Amino acid sequence: MSDTDVAATPPVGGVDHHVSVDPAVAVPEPRAAADGGPDMVQLLTPEGERVPNAEYDEIVAALSNEDLRGLYRDLVLIRRFDLEATSLQRQGELGLWVSLLGQEAAQIGCGRALRPQDHAFPGYREHGIAWTRGIDPMRIIAMYRGVDKGAWNPDEHHFHGYTIVIGNQVLMGTGYAMGVQRDGAVGTDDPERDTAVVAFMGDGATAQGDVNEGFVFAGVYNSPIVFFCQNNQWAISEPNERQTRVPIYKRADGFGFPGVRVDGNDVLAVYAVTTQMLDRARSGQGPSLIEAFTYRMAAHTTSDDPTKYRVSAEVEVWKLRDPVARYKRWLMSEGIADTAFFEAVESEADELAAHVRTATVTMPDPDVDDIFDQVYVEPHQQVEDDKAAFHAYQDTFEEVQA
Amino acid sequence: MTASKTTIAKALNAGLRKAMERDPKVIIQGEDIGKLGGVFRITEHLQKDFGEDRVIDTPLAESGIMGTAIGLALRGYRPVVEIQFDGFVYPAFDQIVSQLAKLHSRSRGAIRVPVVVRIPMGGGIGAVEHHSESNEAYFAHTLGLKVVFCSNPEDAYWMIQQAIECDDPVIFYEPKRRYHEKGEVDLDATAAPRDLFSAHVVREGTDVTLACWGPMVRTCLDAAAAAAEEGHSLEVIDLRSVSPIDIDAITTSVARTGRLVVVQEAPSFVSVGSEIAALVTERCFYQLEAPVIRVAGWNTPYPASKLEEHYLPDLDRVLDGVDRALSH
Ligand SMILES: Cc1ncc(C[n+]2csc(CCOP(=O)(O)OP(=O)(O)O)c2C)c(N)n1
Ligand SMILES: [Mg+2]
Repeated sequence: MSDTDVAATPPVGGVDHHVSVDPAVAVPEPRAAADGGPDMVQLLTPEGERVPNAEYDEIVAALSNEDLRGLYRDLVLIRRFDLEATSLQRQGELGLWVSLLGQEAAQIGCGRALRPQDHAFPGYREHGIAWTRGIDPMRIIAMYRGVDKGAWNPDEHHFHGYTIVIGNQVLMGTGYAMGVQRDGAVGTDDPERDTAVVAFMGDGATAQGDVNEGFVFAGVYNSPIVFFCQNNQWAISEPNERQTRVPIYKRADGFGFPGVRVDGNDVLAVYAVTTQMLDRARSGQGPSLIEAFTYRMAAHTTSDDPTKYRVSAEVEVWKLRDPVARYKRWLMSEGIADTAFFEAVESEADELAAHVRTATVTMPDPDVDDIFDQVYVEPHQQVEDDKAAFHAYQDTFEEVQA
Repeated sequence: MTASKTTIAKALNAGLRKAMERDPKVIIQGEDIGKLGGVFRITEHLQKDFGEDRVIDTPLAESGIMGTAIGLALRGYRPVVEIQFDGFVYPAFDQIVSQLAKLHSRSRGAIRVPVVVRIPMGGGIGAVEHHSESNEAYFAHTLGLKVVFCSNPEDAYWMIQQAIECDDPVIFYEPKRRYHEKGEVDLDATAAPRDLFSAHVVREGTDVTLACWGPMVRTCLDAAAAAAEEGHSLEVIDLRSVSPIDIDAITTSVARTGRLVVVQEAPSFVSVGSEIAALVTERCFYQLEAPVIRVAGWNTPYPASKLEEHYLPDLDRVLDGVDRALSH
C-alpha cells in the first residue's frame, strides 16, 4: 500500500471528531423524490392519462368495466380502512399501526392479479393484499391491538401470516414454491391447478440475507415465485441508497431471472405486470422480481417521527402521484364509472370505517390461557407445569377477593 | 460533584459520546442510528457531531452489521453495534456465536475483537411480536462473550463506556421499558463507581436475597419496599453481569439470608436463573433454608401484548416467590 493510496486508508476522526466523508467511501445523496425513470412500466400517468403499451395492453383489455370499477372500490376501501386504523391507534385502541397510505395501488393491483390457488407471503404492511385475499380486516386489527400475533389460518385464504422479522417470509415463500413444484402444480396448462407464490418485501428488506438467499434458491430451482418489492423509498429513516447501489429491479439479473420496475401508484400497470409474471411462474418459467415504485406517505409506523429524516417537499411531490386520484380521473374520462358509483363507494367506505371502529372497541381481550396453549402440538411438561402454576397463582387472588 | 438527574436513554447517549471523544477508533453502526438517532434516540446527534464514518447507518441486514463489525475490529476499530430490537439479533447470531465469541480462543489469543453489541431488551411496552424478548441465555451460554445489563442511569453511563473499553466482546442489554426512568449521574466523575462485571447490592436486607438484572431491578426494589411494610427485609442484588456471574456477591448475601429468589423476564427453563440456582445450591447447600426460587417469564413464547401483564414477573409475583421462600 502506497502513501497515496487514500482509498485503503480508513478515515478516522480528527480532533474535532467531525469527519468529512472520504470520496472513496462516499455514497450518493438520497433522491427519494425522483421518478421511476424510463424503464418503469406506467399505463396511467399521474394525471390519469392512459399510456399505450404493446406488451401490457392486452392484459388490461381483458378486464371488464366491472373489474375496473372493482379495483377502484378496493383502493378506496383499503385506504379508508387504513385511515380508520391510524385514528384508532391515536386514540389508544391499537398498540401500533403500520400504514399503507400511498401504497394502495401497488397492493390492490398485485392482489387482484392472484388466482385463488396462488399463495401470498406478506410482511407487516400488506393490508391491501390481505383485503384482496378475503382476510377479515379485523384479523389484522386484532394483531396490532395485541390480542393475538396474526393468528389467521393461511390455508383459508392462501394468505400466510404477517412476518415482522425483515425478510424471513421471502425464504418461506420460496420453500413453499418448491413444494408447489414437487406437487406438479406448475406448467400443466390447467388454469385452476397451476400455482404461483408471491413473496412481499420492502426496499430495505432487499439488503437482508434471507431475501438474497430466497433469490438464490428460487433462481437455482426455477421455482414458481414472484418477488414483489414495494419500494416506498424509505426503510424507516434510511433511503434506498443505504440498501442498494443499483436500482432494485436490476438486481434480479445477477440471480438469473427477470426484474421489472412498475409504477406502484398505477393500479393498472401493477395489475398487468403482476399478471404477466404470475403467468410466467405458473407455466414453469420460474421466478421474477417486481419492483413497485411507490412512496410511504405516512410515518413508518405510528411510533415513528419522519420529520427527523425527510423533507415535506418530497411528500408533496408524491402527493401529485396519488394512486387513487389518478385512477378515478381515468375511470371518469373513459365513462367507466359515474357519480352515483363514486358516491356509493364513498358510503360503503363510511360503513366499513364505522364497522371497524365498533368491532375494535368491542373486541374481547384474549383468554389468558392463550399464553400456554398451542405452544406445542403435543404436551410439554414444563409448559404444562407453568400453566398449572399460573392458575394456582391466579387463584390466590380470587381467594383474597372472596 | 455535579450529579444531575437524567434518564437511562440520555445517560447511554452521554456515555457513547464520551467513549467516542476519548478514542477515535470507536465507531457505531446500526439501522436508523444516524439522522433518526435510533428508534429509541440513544445515538441522537452523534452522527451530526462525529460524522457519517463514525456513526454509520447500515443496510438492513443484521448479519452484515455484525460481520462487518468484526472485520472493523480486526482492522483496529472498536465497533459498537446497535441491534434495533431484541428479536432482530438472530440474523446476526451466526456471526456472534461462530466468530465474535470464538476468534480470541481460536487464534490462541492473537486476535481481540472488542465489539459491543447493544440490544434494547425485554417487554412491558405493549409491542408487537419480536420486540419484547429476553434472550440473554443464548449469549450467556456462548462462552467467549460477556453479557451485561444496565438497570439505572448511572450504570448506563459507566457500563457502556466500560464495555467499549473491554477487550472482550460484550453483549450490552438495555431495559427498553426503563429507558425514560431517571436517576442521578455525575457526568464529571472521572472513574467508574464499580467494575463492569461486579454485582451491586442496591438494597440491603436480612430475610431473603433477590437476585435480578436489567428491567427487573426496579421491580425487585419496589417489591422490597412493599415487603418492608409487611415486616420482611429483602436484600436486592443487581447482578449487572450475567456472564461472568459475580457469584461471590450472591453467596455472601445468601450466607446471611439463607434464602434466594432469582427474578428475570426470560422463561425459567434453561436460563440464567437456572444457572444461578445451580451455582448457589452447589456452594451454599448448608446455608440454604429454602430451595432457590425462580420468578420468571412463563415457559412459553412471549405472548401477544394484551397478555404481557400476565406473563411478566411483577411486584406481586416477586412477593409470591418471596413467600414461597419464606414458607420453608
Ligand atoms: C430483522 C429485522 N431487523 C430490523 C427490523 C426493524 N424494522 C422494522 S421495519 C424496518 C424497515 C423496513 O423497511 P422496508 O423493507 O423498506 O419496508 P417498509 O417498512 O418501508 O415497508 C426495520 C428496520 C425488523 N423488523 N426485522
Ligand atoms: Mg420501504
